Order: sequence, then C-alpha cells, then structure tokens
Amino acid sequence: MMLEASGLAIPGRLFDASLQIAAGELVCLVGPNGSGKTSLLHALAGIGRPNGKVGLDGVDPRTLGPSWKPHYLTYLPATRDVPWPLLARDLIALGGGDVAFPALELEPLLDRRMDRLSTGERSRVLIARALAPRPKLLLLDEPTANLDPLWQIRLMELVREEIAAGGRAALVAIHDLDAALRYADRVLVMDGGRIGAEGLDGQHIGEIFGIERADGEWRPVSPSADPQSLP
Amino acid sequence: MNVRTSLLLGLALVVAFVAALIVPLRPLLGVDRQLAGAVLVELRLPRALLALTYGAMLGASGAAIQALFANPLASPDLTGTTSGAALGAVVTAYLLGFGAPIALSIGSVAGALGALLLLLALAGPKAETATLLLSGLAISALAGALTTLALALAPSPFAFYDAYDWLMGSLIDRSLDQAAFAALPAFLTIALLLRLGPALDRLALGEEVAQSLGDNVVRLRLMVICLSAFGVGACVAICGAIGFIGLIAPIFARRLTGGHPGRAILPAALIGALLLSLADLTVRLAPLGRTLPIGVVTALIGAPFFLWLVAHMRWRLSA
Repeated sequence: MMLEASGLAIPGRLFDASLQIAAGELVCLVGPNGSGKTSLLHALAGIGRPNGKVGLDGVDPRTLGPSWKPHYLTYLPATRDVPWPLLARDLIALGGGDVAFPALELEPLLDRRMDRLSTGERSRVLIARALAPRPKLLLLDEPTANLDPLWQIRLMELVREEIAAGGRAALVAIHDLDAALRYADRVLVMDGGRIGAEGLDGQHIGEIFGIERADGEWRPVSPSADPQSLP
Repeated sequence: MNVRTSLLLGLALVVAFVAALIVPLRPLLGVDRQLAGAVLVELRLPRALLALTYGAMLGASGAAIQALFANPLASPDLTGTTSGAALGAVVTAYLLGFGAPIALSIGSVAGALGALLLLLALAGPKAETATLLLSGLAISALAGALTTLALALAPSPFAFYDAYDWLMGSLIDRSLDQAAFAALPAFLTIALLLRLGPALDRLALGEEVAQSLGDNVVRLRLMVICLSAFGVGACVAICGAIGFIGLIAPIFARRLTGGHPGRAILPAALIGALLLSLADLTVRLAPLGRTLPIGVVTALIGAPFFLWLVAHMRWRLSA
C-alpha cells in the first residue's frame, strides 16, 4: 500500500483512525458536518500535533521539511481565504511547485492579486497550489466548493488524470455524495470522529446522513417510511 | 528586490551615513584637527551608527511581526513592544538601581518580550486589525502608565528629566561602546530574522497550509517574537522608544518584493536604516535653535502616514 496510517488521533476530534490507500486510488471522504473529515486530513498532513503513525511509501511525511514535503503530500484547506494579498503566481510558487496547470486555465489570473479574484477564481489558484508540486498524496478538503458546475466536473476529472500518472493517490473530503460516488474508487464515511463505513453503496451511505434516493434525488428519510414509527 | 533597487538603497544608505558624519560641516572646519576628529569619532560616529542600527532593527522586526500577524499594521511600536522595552529599562534603572548597559539591555529585552507575549495572548496569532490595534494600544497605555509610576516612585528626583530620552527616543551623546551594545544584538537578530524569511513567506499562505508544507509554525512564532524582543529591546535600552519606523519601512519594502512579507525583511531593514538616518538629519538641520527628540520627528511624519494607511484600508474594505 502506498499510504498506511494507523491510530491517527486529535483529542476531541478524531479517534484512532486507520486507513490505507493504494497508488492510483481516488478515495472520497464523506460524513456529516463535524464528523472529523478535516481532522483526518489534518492528521495526515501533520497539522496541529496529531498522534498516530503515517507511512507514505515508507516515509513519515510529517517529519519532512519544506523542501521535500510538498513532493510527498499537499493539502488544500476548505477555506478560500489567503492572509496576504499575494499574486496568484507567487502563491503557487510558494507552495513548492512551478507548474501552471493548463487544465485550470490560470493564465489570465496569474498576475492578479488573490484579494482581487472572485471566490471561484481563487479556488482554482489554490487548487493549482496544491497540485503544482505533483505530490504522491493529494489531500483536498472540499475542492469543488465555490466552483461552477462545469469546473466541478473538470476538477474531479483533472484529479483523476493526475493520479493516474502512477505512484500517486488522492484523498478528497467532499459533501456532494453524487460526485463522491461517481469519481471515487472507494468512499470512506466518517461519523463522530471515526471512520465508519466504506464502500460504494450509495443507499447505505445515504442512511448514515439520514437521506435516501427517491425519484433520482436525495431527500431526507421521511419518518413515516420507518415502520417502527407507525402506531 | 532586483539588483538595481538594492544598489540604489545601498548607495542612499552610504550617502545618509556620510551626511550624518559631516553635516553640519561648519563646527568641523573652524577647530583644530584633533578636536574635529574627536567630534567625528566620539559624537557623530556613534550617533550615525545608532541611527543605522536602530532603524534597521525596527524595519526588520516590523517586517517579521507584520508577516507573523498577517497584518500590515503590526509593528514594534503599535504592538506595545517598544513601550514595554522602555518600561523594562526604566524599572531596571530607577527602581532596581542598575544603570550598567548590560542591565538596561536585559531589563529592556524582558519588557519587550513581556509586551509581545501579552499581545499574542490577547490578540491571538491571526489577529484581526481591530483586535491587534486595540490590544497594542492597551499594552502601550499600560506600559506608559507603569513607566510613569516607576519614575514617580524612583528615589532620584531627576528621574523624570533623565527618562525623557527613553520615552521620546534619542541618539545624542551615546558613546561608541553604547552603540556597540545596540549594534551587535541588532545585527545578530537581523541575520537570524533573515533566515526565517522563507518560512514567513510560506506563512502568508495560511497557518494550516504552512504546516502542511513542513513548517513548524509554533516554533516560527516563538522565534520571531523572541528575536524581535531581543533586538528591539537592546536598541531601546540605548536609544529609547522610537515609533513608526517599524510600521512604515516594511510597507515600502513589500513594494520591492512583490508583496512577499518574508522576503521584505532585508529591504525593510535597509529602508528603516535610511528613514531613521534621515530623521536624525532632520533633527540636526531643523532651524529651531534647540534639539528635537528624534521620536517626535518620526511620529510627526509617521502618524499622518499611519492615518492614511488606516483610511486606505477602510476604503478598500468598503469597496
């Protein structure tokens, strides 16, 4: 396995999580708000002081310094705020990569300041920052948030293409269940700070959220459909 | 910062330094060579060195503190660091009765460190402008009040008069030894801060991203705070509190580094040195018949700039 992590814990937020990801795999992470998706990504990326073991091709990426770590893993946070009004070009370079992705159509944005871009444009630049060092493991928190429908599709296909290049994988926290089921090789469901279920069974995953698929749409599970609630 | 800009800045610094030695020229010409030499070496050289050192220190630590708090309004004076250092020096000198330069330096570094740690505790690591300024204001006011209290309680009846220099800042009548006491810690600090530049640039991507890139943000924060307190404290112990250079120099410096906050440390040091040297030149040439405290000059120029900056930020936020 390319990524082997065990006993990952952040007090109060993440409890004894273990997971393995094979090279070439796109794993989606779903779960209700506050279920620990971001905490799991933090624990893998070495943000805060996470407990537990992480091995990425045999190396613990959390011990690496800035000249090596971005080639092992990169992390895209869910926030699209950048503390300093850097130029988009400089932001991508500071992330340790020098590739401007043609697929993200950044050329018109590169010489503009981050605080003068729209939220969607800023998202694309921040995604490029995470992709540019071409890391072995991409940790993306809500990468499709703030993107228009076309860019949501293009981004998920881009992530698939990127990791198909060999020796690379992605773990993507995402709220859109349909996107998760469509693009992922595997879906992990988080609940209460633990990795609960895993698989690609949409009906089962929906139950965890209290939703079900009816007439091609996700709807809240209606109480009347539950036999036990009948008088 | 490109080569041409660096050369221009360096040249301007050399000119300012030479000007600090020879301006005004008349007192040097009318006297015998020995006296002129003494004036140059004993009076003007320490003053010119202190202007360069203290200005560079304020610029560099201003740039580092602004990068750390991700806020262009953070600076040694607005965060209360210099007032804390002045309090430390006054307490050491007048209440504890230690007047030696090393004791003053220790007291002043402790004061600066206390002020910065208090600021970090009050405002938090990613300080909103309002929280940062209010916390800094509160710390400055507290340090100012405590300084006055310390002077009022001091056994020496001349304490208030003596302390005037520390409170408004002064480069005058310092010896070469004293200049060295400020210069050595300051240049060591600047050299160490320069090494943190790349990490401070990555911090501009956000704290979580910086950590995910392999930076130890907790250690970085601690180092910037300790180094700033050390360097600024050492300068305040000799020259007193001088405001606004640490605010203005980094803002100009970032225009030379494409907005990179960490890379701005070196140009901010050069610009800070230049600004304080020019302020000192203004003090000498002001036709008032008496010497102005240099802190008054930097405040008279710096305060309107600060007001403009605040107004500019407000317009940008409302736009």
